Amino acid sequence: MIGNGSMLVALGGTGIFTYQYLSPNVLFEPPTAFKVGKPSKFPIDSWTFIEDRKLFVVHDKKGFFAISAVCTHLGCTVRWIEGENQFHCPCHGSFFTNDGKVKGGPAPRPLDCFAMSIAPDGELLIDTGKIVDRETRLQA
Amino acid sequence: MKNLFGLLINTRIGKSIFRRDFSDTEKDRSERIYNNFFFHIYPVKVGKHGVKTCYTFCLGGISFLLFIILTITGFLLMFYYHPSVPRAYEDMKDIQYVVSSGIFLRNMHRWSAHIMVLAVFLHMCRVFFTASYRPPRELNWIVGVLLLVLTLGLSFTGYLLPWDQLSYWAITVGATMAGYAPIIGKKMRFLLLGGNVVNENALLRFYVLHCILLPALIVVLMGIHFWRVRKDGGISKPL
Repeated sequence: MIGNGSMLVALGGTGIFTYQYLSPNVLFEPPTAFKVGKPSKFPIDSWTFIEDRKLFVVHDKKGFFAISAVCTHLGCTVRWIEGENQFHCPCHGSFFTNDGKVKGGPAPRPLDCFAMSIAPDGELLIDTGKIVDRETRLQA
Repeated sequence: MKNLFGLLINTRIGKSIFRRDFSDTEKDRSERIYNNFFFHIYPVKVGKHGVKTCYTFCLGGISFLLFIILTITGFLLMFYYHPSVPRAYEDMKDIQYVVSSGIFLRNMHRWSAHIMVLAVFLHMCRVFFTASYRPPRELNWIVGVLLLVLTLGLSFTGYLLPWDQLSYWAITVGATMAGYAPIIGKKMRFLLLGGNVVNENALLRFYVLHCILLPALIVVLMGIHFWRVRKDGGISKPL
């Protein structure tokens, strides 16, 4: 009883410590908030792909918003197809409307929209850590 | 021939290896196999069905042979490969174009890996279609399933190591799939990648899994698998 009990405690403790050890506490990943440039860089009715951040900065008639380019199915990068006015994922063929709603294919939910604001120096600031409603627009 | 063998065994070195005097009775021949570390993996006796190739197609043996090839070529590839970004991709290209015989070793490793997945899968099909999983072989069927899963795990972890576009997106897709598991999915994905995105943490983790953990597990399970084959009545035969 004592023997098996202490053995169980020791094994359980080892399991917990191993799990904690394997979960990194510090990540060297790019910060979630970053600037993408002055609003004037993005003309009206434009969908601009920011490659190293995997998102699109969109400026439509209602204002600015940022839309994730990571497909909600299995994480590939979607492409903006200008002529068709829609996003297309090359991996498994999901289609999204120009504001990220699922139009077809296996994607289970719409593309995420990220919080956007104006930094003190007047540049557009995007925070991929904050997901906002897709109707949200920034006026600038 | 028999006399020469007897003469060799009856020397002091021969006796220290075989631990017995030479005599050619049936019992003696069996015990020479049983009591020798290197011979004991061979069956003492092989029935007529055992030499028939078109029943088992030697698929298990082919899988094991491929595993040995993969271990040796993989071990050699490790001398030139750094699991870091962007060295991994450059090293892979160096192995192909700069290292002597590098392209041969890399292709051996790559093709053997593909064929091993196929061979293990066909082995499972053969066991299924000949109903060789039936008593007393139930446990060995389960060990075999674990071996299939480990083979796929080795294939998956090895896929990331060249660090090219194919690797990157395959692991992005694979890790996202892991993330879909209920409750523990997100945590599992985080642990597997060592972060939220596929980057150098993920590469290092996949490298350690590919070179240490999964091969170690597969060797232990293969040992059990082969031992059970013997204990469950030897090589599979028509019922």
